[in-house]
Amino acid sequence: MKRIQRTSKTRDFHQAKWNEPIIFELHQPGEKGVELPPVNDGIASAVGDGTSAIPAAMRRKSKPNLPEIGQARVLRHYLRLSQETLGSDFNVEIGQGTCTMKYIPRINELLIRDPKMMELHPLQNEETVQGMLEIFYKLDLCMREISGMDYFSFQPSSGTQALFAMASIVRKYHEQKGEGDQRDEIITTIFSHPSQAATAAVKGYKIITLHPDENGFPDIEKLKAAVSERTAGFVVANPEDTGIFNPKIKEFTDIVHQAGGLCFYDQANANGLLGITRAKEAGFDMCFFNLHKTFAAPHMCGGPATGALGVTAALKEYLPAPIVEYHEGKYSLQHDLEHSIGKVRSFHGVAQTVLRAYAWIRALGAGGLKEVAKTAVLNNNYMYHKVLAIRGAGAPYVKGHRLEQVRYSWEQLTKETGVTTEDIQLRMTDFGLHYWTSHHPYIVKQPFTLEPTESYSKEDLDEYINALEQISNEAYENPEIVKSAPHNSTIHKIDEQDYLDNPEKWCITWRTYVKKTEAYNLVK
Amino acid sequence: MSQKVHPYIPNMVPEVQTEMLKVIGAESIMELFSGIPEELQLKGDLKLPPALTEYELRRHIEGILNKNTSTKEYLNFLGAGCWQHFIPAVCDEINQRSEFLTAYAGEPYEDHGRFQALYEYQSLLAELVDMDVVNVPTFDWGQAAATSIRMAARITGRKKVLLAKTVAPERIKIIINYGSPELEFEFVQFDTKSGAMDLEDLKEKLTEDVAALYFENPSYLGFIEAQGTEISNLLKETETLMVVGVDPISLGVLAPPSHYGADIVCGDLQPLGMHMNYSGGQAGFIASHNEVKVVSEYPSRLFGIVPTVKEGEYGFGDVAYERTSFAQRENGKESVGTQTALWGITAGVYLALLGPNGMQEVGQTIMQNSQYAAQELNKIAAVTGSRLHSSFFKEFIVDFNQTGYSVEQINHRLIEKKIFGGKDLSLEFPEFGQSALFCVTEVHTKEDIDHLVQAIKDILAK
Repeated sequence: MKRIQRTSKTRDFHQAKWNEPIIFELHQPGEKGVELPPVNDGIASAVGDGTSAIPAAMRRKSKPNLPEIGQARVLRHYLRLSQETLGSDFNVEIGQGTCTMKYIPRINELLIRDPKMMELHPLQNEETVQGMLEIFYKLDLCMREISGMDYFSFQPSSGTQALFAMASIVRKYHEQKGEGDQRDEIITTIFSHPSQAATAAVKGYKIITLHPDENGFPDIEKLKAAVSERTAGFVVANPEDTGIFNPKIKEFTDIVHQAGGLCFYDQANANGLLGITRAKEAGFDMCFFNLHKTFAAPHMCGGPATGALGVTAALKEYLPAPIVEYHEGKYSLQHDLEHSIGKVRSFHGVAQTVLRAYAWIRALGAGGLKEVAKTAVLNNNYMYHKVLAIRGAGAPYVKGHRLEQVRYSWEQLTKETGVTTEDIQLRMTDFGLHYWTSHHPYIVKQPFTLEPTESYSKEDLDEYINALEQISNEAYENPEIVKSAPHNSTIHKIDEQDYLDNPEKWCITWRTYVKKTEAYNLVK
Repeated sequence: MSQKVHPYIPNMVPEVQTEMLKVIGAESIMELFSGIPEELQLKGDLKLPPALTEYELRRHIEGILNKNTSTKEYLNFLGAGCWQHFIPAVCDEINQRSEFLTAYAGEPYEDHGRFQALYEYQSLLAELVDMDVVNVPTFDWGQAAATSIRMAARITGRKKVLLAKTVAPERIKIIINYGSPELEFEFVQFDTKSGAMDLEDLKEKLTEDVAALYFENPSYLGFIEAQGTEISNLLKETETLMVVGVDPISLGVLAPPSHYGADIVCGDLQPLGMHMNYSGGQAGFIASHNEVKVVSEYPSRLFGIVPTVKEGEYGFGDVAYERTSFAQRENGKESVGTQTALWGITAGVYLALLGPNGMQEVGQTIMQNSQYAAQELNKIAAVTGSRLHSSFFKEFIVDFNQTGYSVEQINHRLIEKKIFGGKDLSLEFPEFGQSALFCVTEVHTKEDIDHLVQAIKDILAK
């Protein structure tokens, strides 16, 4: 037998390509995908066709223009589309910094499909959902311990919605104190997530954005200059998206409190902090965790997720209702919260994600959670050293250790080769790896943010680093390879600007595409 | 130090850690946390229950879940915003796939399938509502309604919003919190005999500073609002936008709101293939006509189809990305982040499986089953099967005022008979006294309904 040599440092990958039609093109009149439960004969004879009862003006005149497709073809179509999707189960997903991509334990996916969870109606009598309420309550207790906060709501179904709920609480709180009109500003930092500024703006606040000092730390002098009797609150991620922890955070929260504002903490970047440091000791009034990030629930192409929202006892009455309470052996839903902001999502939130997070914490325990933080930080600093050794790569601001992620820069590489971070993004797909170019605005030039989390082995990290290194080499030696990427993808490059930003050409649905291509003949 | 390596954390292997620390040039992992001041670092361990192995974890969680009684075990007539429907197995197969389950924010080149599946969802739902634009799903119906209303306010430049008094109280809470302090809300009254909107009250409140009227059809109370065209004509006089919330599973038989003048349509996708999940199955949609001034006000992602440089390939991408808060922070249109994309893909699978005939059939079966249930309940002495005399879809009000029992008492006794009765409306709509909102769908058989009727008869006979 000949020894098969496998020495390449990067993967010889090719993304699945099925050249799959749009589902409407699969239409075959007469086919059907599923047989529905029939109406019982006795019912039909008792009430007739049922639809005659619809007032004429409200009756649908013709059937919706949906395709007719047999079941196997529908299944095959969607399975092919799933194959053309690179989920985090398939790649070393460390290129989506700030989003904490980690291993999704399969036991949790099995547990959430228990009919005793999946087939519960949210309005069932409390006696019949004691198990579900127990999970909510027990996760609340865990979250209290992890953060130091006093009560949690799991109603917000994403970090953005949790930030919105927190901004709503800030507003309600100041209104209660008669300062609603006076306090109309919220302060944040440029390296906090965009949702912090956006959700506060939705709640009617003027946004003041602090830029960092020369070392990348939020600038305390700028904060001092920004606070006033108009300050409603301060919202910040810490560590920020640079992976830099603000060591003066307690001074920050003290300054805001002295000015009469509330401090709320975006803990989307909490993975390196579990069991290490908490929101309470840093002086925050509220915080949230993304259960789909730090607590290993899957991201599901973008939800549904959960932004677990924690508050101090002083703000409990402002939470979106209901919250779960426990008295004398019985779990119950508390709807009467005196100053409640109302609701941010219907019923109780995404229960599956609550269950997944609880299961993940129970699988790890206190020691395991701390190992998560320690290993995530170890992995990150290992990568940090390795990536800085790659030609053209850098990381602005303070030298030394970072926490769970680093915002890097290819500024030097771009200057020297013309290859941009967007070019690299596309080339990374050729190695079966996801790479994201970081949040706008690009304060860090040619940015990329890597967050290796605890889920990856040293070999996994080396694979990712090797791919970056190879692309850097290509950029210096033969940049065209990078600039013309992707080469191994499902599709070739698209013309984004022309087709997606031009109202004459954009087609958000198939019917629009059909209308426009016939009318304008844009696509032959 | 000898320590167990946790299955989720490969780099807990001590030798590997030593090697990595050497690369970093650090003595210990804790040294890497030196950026966190000593006084902020926790002393000692968190007080959490001990770690469980996978087998122990499964027993532990299943033990807790066993305390629940599901709608598989008891007959269920609860709806009111979360509904029990038939879910084709293919829907579950697709949304369990690792690729879709664990994907997130990839580019069109690595996540072509995700973009296509969501584009197809938009396109399939567009046919159902008969409109040209549908967004990548939002959190739930409440959020979709709240955003639709904010969009209408931005389009018209007005701040006043009218809400039908029959809108789901839960959604009203979401809408008002989401709209305040910028928007001002006022309710339009309804006829308590039919549920229909009071057009005289609407006329009175409809001034030229009203951005939008929001109502639901079928309504939260189940009745079909038949005055769509009349309402639309009134709104045109003040150039007020018509925003209508709709249960999409009704649209195989009911006219979509676009047919009677709606500018923006929203609703919940949960009926289209999502398990109830104790309310974890909710997902919102927004739809509109393809007008630049409307499309420009969507805060959420909109995927569009585009050619690639190679003939014969479909590509996809974000339409007008600069609208979003991803690109603009506080200057974006509202805010966007993780929403409910997987449920959008699942709803697409559902619509593809049912097709035009299936959507019509399911709508018709729901109408027949629910009419039968109302008719049979109405035969019970002292019970009024459908309190409102309008036609209804899926849900209807059952009036127990003459029985001498409260809804709470009746529901309690129904549970003893393994039935979840209708939602008690006595707090939300006191004008109906002791009435409940019952939900009957295609999953209910004649036997189920007869069983419910007999159970109520037995309870009232005691």
